[in-house]
Amino acid sequence: MLETDSLTIRFGGHAAVDGVSCAFKPGTLTSIVGPNGAGKTTYFNLISGQLPATSGTVRLNGQDITALAAPRRTRLGLGRAFQLTNLFPNLSALENVRLAVQVKSGKALDLFSRASTHRELTDRAREHLAAVSLSDRADTVAATLPHGDQRKLEVAILLALEPDIFMFDEPTAGMSIDDVPTVLDIIAAIKKRGDKTILLVEHKMDVVRSLSDRIVVLHQGKLVADGLPAEVINSDIVREAYLGGAADG
Amino acid sequence: MLKSLLSDDLPKSRWLALLLVAILIGLAVAPFLFPGAKSLNVAARICVFIVLAASFDLLLGYTGIVSFAHTMFFGIGAYGVAIALTRMGPGWDAVAVGVGAGLVLAIALAVLIGLFSLRLRTIFFAMITLAVASAFAILASQLSDLTGGEDGLNYRLPVALRPSFKLFEGFNGRLLDYYIVFFVSLALLLGMLRIVNSPFGSVLMAIRENPFRAEAIGYRTVVYRTLASCIAAAAAALAGALLALWSAQASPDTTLSFDIMVDILLMVVIGGMGTMYGAVVGAVLLVLAQNYLQALLGDRWLLWLGLAFILCVYFFPTGIVGRLRRR
Ligand SMILES: Nc1ncnc2c1ncn2[C@@H]1O[C@H](COP(=O)(O)OP(=O)(O)O)[C@@H](O)[C@H]1O
Ligand SMILES: [Mg+2]
Repeated sequence: MLETDSLTIRFGGHAAVDGVSCAFKPGTLTSIVGPNGAGKTTYFNLISGQLPATSGTVRLNGQDITALAAPRRTRLGLGRAFQLTNLFPNLSALENVRLAVQVKSGKALDLFSRASTHRELTDRAREHLAAVSLSDRADTVAATLPHGDQRKLEVAILLALEPDIFMFDEPTAGMSIDDVPTVLDIIAAIKKRGDKTILLVEHKMDVVRSLSDRIVVLHQGKLVADGLPAEVINSDIVREAYLGGAADG
Repeated sequence: MLKSLLSDDLPKSRWLALLLVAILIGLAVAPFLFPGAKSLNVAARICVFIVLAASFDLLLGYTGIVSFAHTMFFGIGAYGVAIALTRMGPGWDAVAVGVGAGLVLAIALAVLIGLFSLRLRTIFFAMITLAVASAFAILASQLSDLTGGEDGLNYRLPVALRPSFKLFEGFNGRLLDYYIVFFVSLALLLGMLRIVNSPFGSVLMAIRENPFRAEAIGYRTVVYRTLASCIAAAAAALAGALLALWSAQASPDTTLSFDIMVDILLMVVIGGMGTMYGAVVGAVLLVLAQNYLQALLGDRWLLWLGLAFILCVYFFPTGIVGRLRRR
């Protein structure tokens, strides 16, 4: 179980995330919605450790992880895909994923064997690439992939971490209509396994409605609504938040 | 077999393969192909600088660490052997003590610098290494009782490495010394080639490409950067020890000076960053140029050399190896 308690970060005087308390149960998919600038990405950064909280706590299975650095949190089972694509640009797609597989293997401090001899890591990386239908791009350098493929690679890296908690930050943003189902199917498949916690930031309301067990609304850094999709989507506060913010819902 | 020896890192270009084979054979038979003290000296320096440039590339080209302290580790290795041979007399025990002490000091310093400052931004880290290296060079010239100050140390090599020693007819101590330098350098190069192609090496490249993402997927970059610094420092110290064992002298000019730092930077950039073969090609070119271009081009040779570098970097931004691999 992942919990945040009065989680807050201030940039100067401005609280980008302001006292957010929320708990996410295994086996559920929670969508986090809100207009641009609401603090969704910043909330993710606080949970996965890219930014230090000003106050409040993050707990994972009862353990306070607020002070832990990002790599520790990842190895404790927090997995994160980034909104802005964030790859290893001059390495191949396969190598991008293989590096993520390698983290848990305990092989990363092996200096004396050839990386290519660890077939099991490469094979697993190929499976994750196949899952996002990028098998034929395995040897392509990440930076030269089209935008949609880079987004899919981003998801493949997250899959390769095999986390307990999946955090997707606008995974389908900027994707062509053909690619969107690939990613949504993956999220649906993870959800079906029943033991994973999924946090999803997504603007496409039909997607949110069909996938989510629960919707949390952030507005100006505050949690303003939290409930079942049908209740939240039609609530006044969401309409107000979206109409008051950017009209990109 | 060859694939395993080269750790799967094949030249991937026919011309590069030819060039590397030529360099290997040239250095292997240098004493017979190019007789004479000067050419043997050049060949030995090429071997040493291949190791030094390759270890620097492990930092700069593979891990993305900009350090100006690399000659400091080279100097530590050289002075370790030089001081031990001066103090303990010309025996192999002194060589062993010198190499061991140099390695320990180099690695300890690399750990300290790494843990204290590898979290900093690249430019600040570079500044700190510059400061530490300058301080160390001053220290070395001040401690003249130990280091011989500005003049450095001249000492006698173990008997087996002297010209007067005959292993068998036609094979004297200098040749033995040369082949020690050659084979140890070759082993160190192949060792580093293995390290950059290991699982650990793949993390170094991930850190070079995107340290933020490397952290996000679970690698503590400071640990890997510090380890890479230690490996590079140890290899540089061994290169220094080889030079000391070859030249029978160690001075600030030949081991610690900032000129050497610039030389190895140029070797790596001209040869091609992020490939061990680039360091090999760069080291060969630069050491040859330094030793023979003056005779060929006269007093203005440095000017021509500078011009050649600018053109080289302009036309081959990925270095000679990058250029050869592209076709
Ligand atoms: N590192 C930072 N420094 C200063 N302000 C930031 C930083 N990161 C985010 N912000 C601010 O926090 C607010 C929330 O941003 P963000 O979390 O990216 O919103 P969302 O993902 O909901 O669109 C924005 O006003 C943004 O400008
Ligand atoms: Mg965002």
